[in-house]
Amino acid sequence: MILGRVVGTVVATRKDPRLEGKKLLIIKPVTPDGEDESGYVVSVDTVSAGYRETVLLVAGSSARMAEGCKDTPVDSAIVGIVDTVRLDT
Amino acid sequence: MLIARVVGELVATQKHASHEGRKILLVQPLNLDGSPRGVPLVALDAVDAGVGDRVLLTTEGYSAMTSVGRPNSPIDSAVIGFIDRIDLDPA
Amino acid sequence: MQLGRVIGRVWSTVKNSGLDGQRLLVVQPVTPELKPAGKLLICADCTGAGAGELIYWCRGRESSFPFLPVEVQTDATIVGIVDAVDYWPEP
Repeated sequence: MILGRVVGTVVATRKDPRLEGKKLLIIKPVTPDGEDESGYVVSVDTVSAGYRETVLLVAGSSARMAEGCKDTPVDSAIVGIVDTVRLDT
Repeated sequence: MLIARVVGELVATQKHASHEGRKILLVQPLNLDGSPRGVPLVALDAVDAGVGDRVLLTTEGYSAMTSVGRPNSPIDSAVIGFIDRIDLDPA
Repeated sequence: MQLGRVIGRVWSTVKNSGLDGQRLLVVQPVTPELKPAGKLLICADCTGAGAGELIYWCRGRESSFPFLPVEVQTDATIVGIVDAVDYWPEP
């Protein structure tokens, strides 16, 4: 899993019917020490994450295990909202 | 599948039960010219390979877990053959 | 699978119920020489690994299999704690 930050939303009217009712968010990957990484990913939200929140992302076929994503064409899902990250120094 | 060289072995007492009784190999994936391709990976052994052997490495879960006879296990790569020879079109 | 070192931990209250009770660990992938190799990632754990330990982790859907029949939403899980690395890099 990786961490990310919610930076936007995507609205798609015409889409695979299995994606109906799913919230799509634009996520910027971040390192566990909070720094932005390059790139972005569009991810299905299953935890009602909000703008700027740090979230836990699952990628690949594991994303279909996220709540409500069984048998859907999803390769990235938000499965948690991060409260705290502690790094051992 | 990838071409790889066995470069070591891990000792792990505490591990998932499906990894018991199999060698846990360190394998260095190779490019076609024999140079290293990325960092060494950890793979379960399905063919009794040892350090120095040039082997066939699968990095896909289903192939890996079935080759070591442990279906539905957390195994994402395995050594599944020895490579005797590679013939490459020189062009 | 790949070698890594546990360097931290993540806490999340609002999450998919499959993740309830799972420890989420920050892992730095490492080479057999224990040098950092690639980006940090968050792993579930089926071994009881702790801070600073050298581990190996499994990626992909297979990484959720240790927790079956519970579906744990993970794409990376620590599957072994490494006691010793026997590494013979190529000359």
